[in-house]
Amino acid sequence: MSKDMDKLAALLHEEVPPPRAEAKMAALEAGMAAFEKNAENLQGSAEPARPIHNRSQNGRGLLEGFRSMFEKLSPRGLMLGSASFATIALAIFVTQNVDLTGPAPFVIDTNEPIQSDFRSNDSDQIATPRPAPEAVQVELAETTAATLARPEARGGDVGQIGKTLADDANLSAGNEAEAGYIPSIASAAPASDEEFSVAQGTTQLPAASMERDLAPAAEMADAVLAPSPAPVMTGGIRREAASINSLVGRINDGASINQRINRDRFTGETVSPVKVAKDEPVSTFSIDVDTASYSVMRRSLLNGYLPAPESVRSEELINYFDYNYTSPQTGAQPFAPQATLMPTPWNANTRLLHIGIQGYEIPLADRPPVNLVFLIDTSGSMGASDKLPLLIQSFRLLLGTLNDNDSVAIVTYAGAAGMALKPTPASDSYTILQSLTRLSAGGSTAGQAGLEQAYALAESMREDGETSRVILATDGDFNVGMSSTEAMQAYIEEKRESGVYLSILGFGQGNYNDALMQTLAQHGNGTAAYIDTLAEAQKVLVDQIGGALFTIAQDVKIQVEFNPAAVAEYRLIGYETRALAREDFNNDAVDAGDIGAGTQVTALYEITPVGSPAISVDPLRYSVAAPLPESNGELAFLKLRYKLPGESTSNLITTPVQETPAQGPSDDVLFSTAVAGFAQLLRGDIRLGDWDFDDVLRLAQQGKGDDPFGYRAEFIRLVRLAKTAQ
Amino acid sequence: MAAEAAAGSAEAFRALLGRHYDLMYRVAFRTLGQQADAEDLVQEICTALPKKLASFKANAKFESWLCRVVINAGRDLMRKRGAHTRAANGWGDVEIMQRAAASEKKENLSWLSRAMQRLSPDLRETVALVLGEEMTHAQAGKALGLSEGSVSWRMSEVKKELRLMAQAEEMLE
Repeated sequence: MSKDMDKLAALLHEEVPPPRAEAKMAALEAGMAAFEKNAENLQGSAEPARPIHNRSQNGRGLLEGFRSMFEKLSPRGLMLGSASFATIALAIFVTQNVDLTGPAPFVIDTNEPIQSDFRSNDSDQIATPRPAPEAVQVELAETTAATLARPEARGGDVGQIGKTLADDANLSAGNEAEAGYIPSIASAAPASDEEFSVAQGTTQLPAASMERDLAPAAEMADAVLAPSPAPVMTGGIRREAASINSLVGRINDGASINQRINRDRFTGETVSPVKVAKDEPVSTFSIDVDTASYSVMRRSLLNGYLPAPESVRSEELINYFDYNYTSPQTGAQPFAPQATLMPTPWNANTRLLHIGIQGYEIPLADRPPVNLVFLIDTSGSMGASDKLPLLIQSFRLLLGTLNDNDSVAIVTYAGAAGMALKPTPASDSYTILQSLTRLSAGGSTAGQAGLEQAYALAESMREDGETSRVILATDGDFNVGMSSTEAMQAYIEEKRESGVYLSILGFGQGNYNDALMQTLAQHGNGTAAYIDTLAEAQKVLVDQIGGALFTIAQDVKIQVEFNPAAVAEYRLIGYETRALAREDFNNDAVDAGDIGAGTQVTALYEITPVGSPAISVDPLRYSVAAPLPESNGELAFLKLRYKLPGESTSNLITTPVQETPAQGPSDDVLFSTAVAGFAQLLRGDIRLGDWDFDDVLRLAQQGKGDDPFGYRAEFIRLVRLAKTAQ
Repeated sequence: MAAEAAAGSAEAFRALLGRHYDLMYRVAFRTLGQQADAEDLVQEICTALPKKLASFKANAKFESWLCRVVINAGRDLMRKRGAHTRAANGWGDVEIMQRAAASEKKENLSWLSRAMQRLSPDLRETVALVLGEEMTHAQAGKALGLSEGSVSWRMSEVKKELRLMAQAEEMLE
C-alpha cells in the first residue's frame, strides 16, 4: 500500500466526528416508531397508537416541541422551510392517492396534471405561486426514485406541521402567501388516527435536525422561488439532452456522468498556425480516417456540456461523414483527389481550398477473406452498461456483415489473458454468439498479455493472401504488465510488418485513454473509433465495415505546394496530430495513415490571396524580398503518395489547383465546411471572428443534401445543443 | 437477531439499531463528508429499515447488507440533490468542518476532503468500506454488489488518483 493510501486510511479513521448522542437517540426513536407501524400493518391488527404520555415524560408537549422549533428558525429558514413543507406535502398527497388504488410499488406518471388534483380538493385555496407546479413535478420524481422515506409518515408529519403553522398567529406578513397554502395542505393530508402515532415518532427531533431533514426540499423550493429561473433552466436543458440521448439508442444516466471526475486523456496538440507561403510554401501531412473525436464530442454535448477543447480534432469531425466525391473506377489507382475553391464563410477576404479524396469501393463479392481476433477488455471497469454489454451488441452487428470464408476468434484480458473462443468460421454464428454472451467483467487490466496472445492467434489464422486484424475493444488503458506507450507502439509496428493489423473500438467515459488508442491504431494500420451508442456501432461496424477491414492504400501522404504568386498565407484546418516534415513525403519508410475501402478523406486549407486585407503577417523590413514570379493561374500543386497494400514503394498522384474555380461548391463541400467551422468553434479558435453556431447551422442546413441515414441531421441537432451547452 | 427483528420482535429491532447505528453513521459520513447529512441519512434509514428487513436474506452477513443499504441511500440522496447544491457530490463543504476544527487539524482535514472530492462516488464508497471499515476486497465486493476483482480494480484506481493528486500538488508548490 502506498504512502498516500496509508494517509487516507489514517485520516478517514481520525477525522470522523463521533456520532452525537441526541442524533442517535432521535434516529433510534424514529426507527422504533416506524417499526411498530410496520408491525401493525403486517399483522393487520388495530392496536391503539402508543400513548402520548410516553413521549412527554421529558416535559415537552407536542405543540411545545414545534414552537421551540420555530423559535430557533431564522425568518429565512422559516420561509424556505414552509415552502418545502408545501412541496413535500403535495408530493406525498399524490403518492398516497396511488397507494390507495393498489398495493403495487409507486409508478407515477409525472405528466399527470398534478395541479388539477390539488385544486379538486381545495378549490378556494389556490394561492399557488406560478412556479409551484414545477416544484411539485421535481419533488414527485424524487419521491418515486427514493425508497427511503415512508410517505405516510412524512405526510402525517407535514399535516401536523401545517396545522401548527396555521395556528401560529405570529407569522409575519411576508409569509402570508405560504401560510395561506399550508393549511389547505394540512387538510389534504389524511386525517386518520394513524396520523397521531406517526407524528409521535418525530416530535422529539431536535429542531435543527428537523430543518436539515427538509433541507433538500428547501433547496428545491429555493431554486423555484428565486427570482432568477437560471437553476431550473439548466436542469431543463440537461433533461432535454438526456431525452435526446435515449433517442439515439441508449439510456444514459447524464447526472452520474456529469458528476464524475473525468480522467479521459486526449492528445491536445496546439492548433496549426498560419504559415507564410513565401517562407514555407509546402504543407505536408498524413491522412487520418479516425472518427473517435466525433463520438466523444457528441457524447459530451448530449450530456449538456461542451467537449474539452483538446478532445476535438477537426479532421475527425469532418471525416465522420460520408461524402459523394468522384469515385475511381478501378483498384489500380485506388483513389481520385478532387480540389474545390470557395469563399471562406467566416472571412470574406480569404478562400477555402477543399481537398476531397474518395477511396475505391471493393465490390462485396470480390473481397478477400478476413481473419478477426476480437481482443476484449473484461476488466472490472467494463461492467457499466455502456461498455461490455454495448460491446457485445456491437460485435453481434459486426458478425452479420461477415461471410462464410471469414473466421473469428476471441481473446479476453482482465487479471490474466485468456482465449474465449478458438478460431471459428464466421458461419458458425451460434458458437460465436454463445461465447460472446458468456463474457463478464471483473479484475484488473493486463493489456500487454492480452495483446500478445491476440497477435499470436491472429498470425496463426493468417494464410497466404489473407489479412488478419486484431480488434481491440477497451474502455481505458493497460494498467498491468510492461506497458509504456513506446514499447507497445514498437511491438505493434513490428507485428504490422508481418501482416497483422490493429483496429480500436473505444467504449465508456471517464477513464478513456484517447491518446494511447490513437497511437496504437495509427501504428497498427487501423482506425480508432469510439462507440457511444448502438447506432454508432452500426455506422462503424456495418455501414462502413469495408473501410474498417479492407485497406486499399497505405501510408497515404498529402503534400500541397502553394504558389507564392497567388497565395500570401495559408493554414491547414485540423490534422495537427498528423503533421509530417517536408522531406518525409518522399521517404517511403515514414509511416502514414491508411485508407479503407470506400472511405473518404477531406482536408481544408484557409488561404489568404496575395493583396487581401486579411493578411496577418507583415512583410519584413530588413530582408530584401525576391520578386514574386509571374502568376501562371495556378494556386497550388497537390501531390499525393500512397502504397498499394503490401507494397513497399509508393506511387505518386499530382494535380494542379487552378485559381479560378471550375464550379460552385457542392452540398458535400458546404457541409464539410460547416463541420470544420463547428470544430474550430469548439476548439476556441480565434480565426473565425464573430462567426458563430448559428452560422454553422445555416451552412450545415444548406449542405445537408440527401442524408439517407440522418447523420447530418444529427450533426445539426448537436450544433443546436452546443449553443446552450456550458 | 435480524431475523428476529424481521419476524416482529421490537426488542430485537431496538438492539439491532443500537448495535449498528455507529457503523451506519461511519459509512454515511465517509461517503457524504458531512456530519449533519450523515445523521439525517441514517435516521431516514432507521425509519425505512423495518420494511427493508424483509428483503434481508438470512444467509448473508447483516453488516454487509446494511452497508449496501447505507451506500444506496447515500447515492439516492446525492442524486436527489443533483444540480441543486454545490456540495452535491459529497465532501464539498469543507469550510463547515474546518470552522469547527482546531487549527492544527485543518491541514489534515483539507487534504482529506481534497482527496475524497477527487474520487468519484463509486471510488469513495469503496474507500469507505475497504479503508474505513477495514473490509477485505471480497467483503467489500459483497456489500457493493461487485466482484472481488472489481473492488481491487477500484482500489488501484484510488491509488492512481492519489498519486495524480500528489503530483499535481507538487507542481503547485
